[in-house]
Formats: sequence, structure tokens, C-alpha cells
Amino acid sequence: MGMTTKNETDAGLATGSQVETAQPPHAAKAPDPLMAPGQPRHSGETVLSVEHLSKTIRGRRIIDDISFDVRAGEVYGFLGPNGSGKTTTIRMLVDLIKPTSGRVLVCGEDVSKHPERALRHVGSIVENPEMYGYLTGWENLDLFARMQDGIGEERIAEVARIVRMDERIHDKIKTYSLGMRQRLGIAQALLGSPKLLILDEPTNGLDPKGIKELRAFIRELAGQGMSVFVSSHLLSEIQLLCDRVAIIDGGRIIATGNVHELIAQAEAYTLWLFEDAEAGLALLSQDARVAITTDRDLASIDEAVLSALPGAIATRIRQEDVAGVVASCAEAGVGVLAVQRVVPTLETLFLALTGGDPYAS
Amino acid sequence: MHRNLELIRNETIKVWKKKRFAVIVLILLVLVPVFVYAQMKIAQNSASKFTDWRSELRQRITDNTNALSSDRIPEEWKKWRVALVQQLQYYLDHDVNPNTPNAVRFTNTFLQNAVGLFIPLMVLAVASDIVSSERSGGTIKMLLTRPVRRWRILASKLVTLTLYVSLIIVATAAVSYLVSGLVFGYGGWREPVFVGFRLQGSNMDTSSVHAVPQGVFMLMQLGLVWFSAMTVAVIAFMVSVLVRSTAASLVTMMAAVISGSILANMASSWHSAKYLFNVNLDLSVYLQGSPPPIEGMTLGFSLIVLAVWALAAIGVSFAVFTRQDILA
Repeated sequence: MGMTTKNETDAGLATGSQVETAQPPHAAKAPDPLMAPGQPRHSGETVLSVEHLSKTIRGRRIIDDISFDVRAGEVYGFLGPNGSGKTTTIRMLVDLIKPTSGRVLVCGEDVSKHPERALRHVGSIVENPEMYGYLTGWENLDLFARMQDGIGEERIAEVARIVRMDERIHDKIKTYSLGMRQRLGIAQALLGSPKLLILDEPTNGLDPKGIKELRAFIRELAGQGMSVFVSSHLLSEIQLLCDRVAIIDGGRIIATGNVHELIAQAEAYTLWLFEDAEAGLALLSQDARVAITTDRDLASIDEAVLSALPGAIATRIRQEDVAGVVASCAEAGVGVLAVQRVVPTLETLFLALTGGDPYAS
Repeated sequence: MHRNLELIRNETIKVWKKKRFAVIVLILLVLVPVFVYAQMKIAQNSASKFTDWRSELRQRITDNTNALSSDRIPEEWKKWRVALVQQLQYYLDHDVNPNTPNAVRFTNTFLQNAVGLFIPLMVLAVASDIVSSERSGGTIKMLLTRPVRRWRILASKLVTLTLYVSLIIVATAAVSYLVSGLVFGYGGWREPVFVGFRLQGSNMDTSSVHAVPQGVFMLMQLGLVWFSAMTVAVIAFMVSVLVRSTAASLVTMMAAVISGSILANMASSWHSAKYLFNVNLDLSVYLQGSPPPIEGMTLGFSLIVLAVWALAAIGVSFAVFTRQDILA
């Protein structure tokens, strides 16, 4: 019995593929199928470099001097409201639109001058994953595989399996749901084992389960060394997914940086809820360690948090002072119902950065 | 080179799977029997009236000559009749029947009538959406973000279009030959046709007339049909690059082709119209020796006009396609 097991294991190690087929397809993770060997993993190498990119269409400057870098193995967010120039920028990244000035380098190759070299390293879905509806999923992938060197049938089968489309791959695209089209679009983008994956609003039209799966999937790809560039108008999405972010508004980059550092830039608030609100307010106002915030500051706190604590007083206070203030409240006989520290969301950060006036709406 | 062949293969697959060619063959299979039936009725009719083709031919010559003396017939039509009468007379003099019913004759006549409108319309079914469908379907984003230069992609589409135009013309001739053969018999390849009639003023110059077998005549005709169909295809190709919507590109080209055949029929005294591509499409008139739609047009002239239009269209297509921003 023991002998048989050992033999099976040995055979599996030798051939690899036999073990895979014996397992459910998505469980097979052993020989990293996503990446060609020898790709960098978190090496810090710059995969995408955008340098002073501008685009003027009919006299209107739609994109104004945008610069940022995406490193190998990171998930880079591109955040901005609708109409801020996200899609135009992405189209310039993949040579659908020629920049008026500035340039885009992918692995050192200028996308506009040598698209045939630069785009070899890029897989992308720009807006919706539109494919030929009168062809099957497989035929579509086959079509795109033929446009690039060294992509054979095995690779097509592999990417179909990676996005778990292998069961429906021989059906016509027009019979697919939006989620399936999205997955096939990703399969198409992965075909050439790109170093950079560009996804434009990838969660559009996906249900919550699909979004969660996609998030995990993107993380996995990044873990294997692929850089993923994700655009979104949803701040929570970027917050959950990305390492670094560029925030764009009105065609200009208003901030770039580490998502968590950017959040730390915005001040945290502490909410206080007392049994007797007036007594509590009087007490806090006298305390030198506490600064009561104005109504205007209050507006940058997530409404959902505020509504969970109606009548709460927002303050700014150093975290280490909180215990002392609570103690002095207890001494003064003012009952504290709740103390909550509120980390600003990217949304509040965005409002602060864009100078958007919440009172306007 | 290998990559180019793969690109052409891709484009060919797309057109094929869209079932465009299948529809064209289906149209031919429905329409050609209708024409064959009509032709059969004509043949039966004249067979019942005339015992001999010579007497039929004499009757036609007399009818047309009589019509010439009428004042109500416009000058251009008279010219056409003069040419016809003299041609018929030539056939009669040389004891050759110009109307023997057989499949090759039918195919030649069908091609003559199809070159101006029918074949261009079928060509448009493929040419009008070969680029615009990628744009209206959004697939152009996938197509142009692959590591292939844009001109290569457009060139592969142009080659594919050429393949399908050739295929359409061969299919038209084949269906017409095969279907009409059922009724008229498959012979007639060696029967003589006279070519080289030249109209000089109101007189027909027959000095350079010589006989060619019908089979050879068909090949000559197919060549000319191909040339005019390719011109239409390439101009439609350009429109397909310029216009995003397939419907708009199809309608534009249909309007151009149809207005050309209307203009040609008006046999206008508007002489500069001869530089328009759409009045030059009917190249088979030169082979038949009928007078051209506008005075001063010759086979060489028409070929040059069509070639200039086609080359300009290719130039515009590539210039626009390789530079244009894909904004939406």
C-alpha cells in the first residue's frame, strides 16, 4: 500500500500534468500556470512608466501632464470620478489613443513608437470586454493567440482553466453572462503571460460574489509577480485591492502614493457618546488634550459611522490620551457610552484632495 | 510573413463565421433560377415565332432600323441601336448565331448585367462592415491592443477582402453556369463571339473585329468584373474605416453605386461625370462594343479612373486607420 502511494507521488512529480487532471481544475496550483518562468517577483523593477502624458482633443486639454510609475508585482489603483480622464489615460497606455505629448513606457519600450514590442508585455481590458459574439470563447481566444508569438493550444486551455471558463469555452460568446464575458476577457488578457495587466473598472456589472472572487484573483496574480493596474471610481474598491494609487480629477493627478499612507495623511477623529451630552461637551471643552471639531470637519467623516452614533461629539485627540480622558470623565461622574476612533475613508481623503465642497450638494 | 498569414487567417475566419459568404451564395441560389426561368421563356417564345435564327435576326435588324427613323427617340439611344444593328448584321454576314441558348452564353449575359449593380451590392455585404463592425462591436480595442502594428491589421483585412471579392465573382459565375446548364445544357465553351467592334461617329468600325471562343470571352469578362468589383470593395473599405456604423457605411456605398447606374442611364451631356467611379463600373460595355455611357470613355480610360479611385481609397484608409484615436 505504502509502495503504491510513493509510486503515484513520484509519477506525479515527474509529469505534473497527470496530477492536475486528477484534481478539480481550479484546485491545481502546483506548477504556477500564470507566469512564464523567470519573471520578476516584487523586484521593484518599473514595469509601466507614464511620463508627462497630455492629450488635447479639439482644443480641450483632457489629460494634463500625468506621470506615475507602476512597479513589478504591485496592484496599482487609478482612482477618479467618472469623466475625470481615467479611460482616456488607459487608452493611451495601450496605444488606442496617441498622446499629444509625453510618453508611456512599458518595460522600457515606448508604446506609441513601438507598440509591437511594448504591448507584448501588456494584457488589457478597456471598458467592457467586447469579443466576437458569433464565435465561441475558444475561437475568440484562438484568434487573439494567433496575433502573438508562442501561444499554443495548451496556453489557451490553461487560461480558460485559470478563469474557470473551461466548461463553457466552446459555447458562443453571445450566450455568456456579463460575468462570464468579464472572465473570458481576463483570459484573453492573460494569454501572452503579460507583465502588466490593465483592467478598466473590472468590477462593473459583477455581483458581490464575483467582485470578491475577482479581488482574490487579482491579489493572486500580483503575488506571482504580475503588475496589475486597476481603474475605478469606487474608493472602497481601490482601498481593498491596491498597494499604491494615483488619484485623478479633471485630467490631472492630484495625488499618488501608498494607499495606507495617503489615508494616514488625513486626520483621524474620535467620536464620543455620553449619557448626558451637554455635560460631556462641557467636560471635553475644558480638557486641553481634546480639540472639539467644527461642523465643517465633521462633514468629512463617513456618514454611515455618524448615523450609528447619533448625538456623538467628534474630537481630535492623540490615541494615547484617550484612556486618561475617559478616566477623568468617570471621575466627574459623566457616563461614557461609547468612544470610537474613526479612520477616514479614501472618500473623505478624496474630498479633501479635490477640494470638493460637501455642502454644495 | 508567418504572422501576416495568421492575421489574414483570422480575418477570413471572422467573415466566414459571420456567414456573409453563405448568405451571398444563398441569394445567388434563389435569384439565378429566376433569371434562368425568364431566359427560358424568352427562348421558347422566339422558338415558336421563328423557325430559323437567321430570320429572327433579320427581324430584329429591321425592327431596330425602323426605330432609328423615328424622331422621338433620343440621340443617345439611336447611337446604341446603330451599334446593335451593325453588330447583328455582322453576325448574320458571318453566319454565326449570337443567341444560341447554352449555359456559357447565359453566364456571360448574366455577368454583363450583374457587373453594374448586382455584384457591387454583394461585394458590399462583405466590404462595408469589415472594419466598421470592429468599431461598432467594440472588438477593435482587443484587436489594436495586441502587439501588432495597425497597418498590418488593416492590410490583412484588405487581403481578406480581395479573397472574398474573388470568391464572390467565381461563385456568381459558377452558380449561374451550373443552374442554367440544367435547362440550356452545359456546352457552348467553343462557340465564337465577335469582339473588337469600334464605334466611329455613327458608323461601326469592324476592321479589328475577330472571333474568340465564348470560354475565353468569359475569362475576359470575369477579369473586368473583378476589377470593377475590387474598386467598389476598396472604396467601401475606406468608408468602413471612416464611418463607425456599419449601417451608415453600407447605405453610403449603396447610394453611390445606385446613383452611378442612374447617371450612366441618363447618358448625360455632363461630360465631367465620367471621372466619377460609379459611372465607370460597367466595364463589360467595352467588350460588347456598345457605346459607353458618356462620350469619350474607353476601356483604358475607365480602368485608369477606377484604379485612381481605388488607390486613393487605399491611401486614405491606411492614413486614417493608422493614426486615428479610438475614443469610444
